[in-house]
Amino acid sequence: MATATKSRSFSAARFVLYALLALFCIYYLLPLYVMLVNSLKPLSEITAGGMMALPQDWTIAPWLSAWSTAQVGVEATGLRPYFLNSIIMVVPAVALSTLVGALNGYVLTKWTFRGATVVFGLLLFGCFIPFQMVLIPMARMLGLMGLAGSVTGLIFVHFVYGIGFSTLYFRNYYAAFPTELVRAAQIDGAGFFRIFWRILLPSSGPIAVVCIIWQFTNIWNDFLFGASFSDFSSQPMTVALNNLVQSSTGVKEYNVHFAGAIMAALPTLLVYIVAGRYFVRGLMAGSVKG
Amino acid sequence: MSISETENPRGSVADRVRDALPRLVLSPTVAIVAIFVYGFILFTLYLSFTDSRILPSFGWVGWQNYENLFRIRAWDTAVSNLVIFGVLYIAICCALGLLLAILLDQRIRAEGFIRTIYLYPMALSFIVTGVAWKWFLDPGIGIEAVVQGWGWTDFKFNWIKDREMAIYTIVIAAVWQTSGFVMAMFLAGLRGIDSEMMKAAQIDGASTFALYRRIVIPQLRPAFMSAFVVLAHMAIKSYDLVIALTGGGPGTATELPATFMYSYTFTRNQMGIGAASAVIMLMTIAAIIVPYLWSELREKK
Repeated sequence: MATATKSRSFSAARFVLYALLALFCIYYLLPLYVMLVNSLKPLSEITAGGMMALPQDWTIAPWLSAWSTAQVGVEATGLRPYFLNSIIMVVPAVALSTLVGALNGYVLTKWTFRGATVVFGLLLFGCFIPFQMVLIPMARMLGLMGLAGSVTGLIFVHFVYGIGFSTLYFRNYYAAFPTELVRAAQIDGAGFFRIFWRILLPSSGPIAVVCIIWQFTNIWNDFLFGASFSDFSSQPMTVALNNLVQSSTGVKEYNVHFAGAIMAALPTLLVYIVAGRYFVRGLMAGSVKG
Repeated sequence: MSISETENPRGSVADRVRDALPRLVLSPTVAIVAIFVYGFILFTLYLSFTDSRILPSFGWVGWQNYENLFRIRAWDTAVSNLVIFGVLYIAICCALGLLLAILLDQRIRAEGFIRTIYLYPMALSFIVTGVAWKWFLDPGIGIEAVVQGWGWTDFKFNWIKDREMAIYTIVIAAVWQTSGFVMAMFLAGLRGIDSEMMKAAQIDGASTFALYRRIVIPQLRPAFMSAFVVLAHMAIKSYDLVIALTGGGPGTATELPATFMYSYTFTRNQMGIGAASAVIMLMTIAAIIVPYLWSELREKK
């Protein structure tokens, strides 16, 4: 619903409008620009005070250092092992929670039973609790399960707390799927799983993409669980980046920190650029509609 | 309606398994949620009434932890910081988001492109946002140094080092991160408004400003509600951003309940008090989320 502007003031008003929009573009892009430019400069140029300026002496040394030689914690391993930890963590956690969410959504819409809404409501509330509330018992539980301080433990945690949202997505999506089709298949003798595999799943592409993007961004960007439940060998990227930046020994290598920050941002940024439409839909569905 | 209720009176075991299959598939999730959400909530609630320190312990101390909690100055700081942060964060995000949505709603060329730019910070983790803003706000190399380099040598912007102002730097970074998302919510709301009503008002000679104030913005009430719930919930949970941006400092100047809980539980060995603070966080969020979920789920029927 755009409003027609009076033609007399048309050009002036439009000019102001576009100027404002451009100004806000600068506001949102500036930090990214600053990170990028400064990650390609030698340290001396930054400390000399030219944060906004383009590099005079372009270099990718900070990137190489952030990736493989920077000191993160005790050892000078760079961020590479932690980047790998994050990948090893995020792939199974996303796959598992999405699959279980799809099955749950299927049951909750096509095989409902008395109390299904209550189950769903309880599940939904679980999405919104502050995770500070589960840190202590979870630390203990992971210890009991022998998963403390391991990537497997993190996979498990993200899987558990990812189910709520993935169920929410699939439930709302399947609610609009014609139940008559399911019923007809049932009359033809198709069972529970066959109906799921052959009828619902093939049409679940759009919601699966939304769900996968949502879970991927959330799990990749998580810090609290990573900081609470991992040790030096299993830290995810966010925790390692924070350690790199906060480490107080030696000179602050701003350029390396900026390169590291971009590395930590790259996977989700890439997802956003490639599948932005679904990313937004995921955000909206995940936080707006119950 | 449900399909599974077509009962078969002469059901064999196989039939009965088939009938129970949907519920069997759902049961692991129910078990997981029962244990890892509700069981854990009860466990932490219980710990908040015990004398747990480094490890959970089960000596009952009643309300002691809560009494102590409210006597700790850092908790006081954390709560008042949360109020400052929460109010400003929600208000500025909503105002900025609404402004951007209205600007973008004026038949803009390249709207999709501009929207993409406004929204991308939401894809970044708070750790990345925190790291980035930490350096811009750092007087040594950031905005202050840049503006001084441009010639305004007495320009000062050292909030991040200032006990009084540091909490506002958290607001700055958080608004940058989330305002684009709020814009998307409002934009979706604007697109859903009845255009007939708009046309009628225009024919009656309403100015654009009056049009928005009288007709459009009142209809955005559901979008405002959603934005409020999401933002309030994010503000209460905020942890990563503070850790990356200020580490809670200088001193305890940017402590929030989330950072307080973590440090009391895991570094100060006061688990009972940490658990009590987590319970208060849960109560605060529940007070906002439960009525919201309740109304959303009831509308569905």
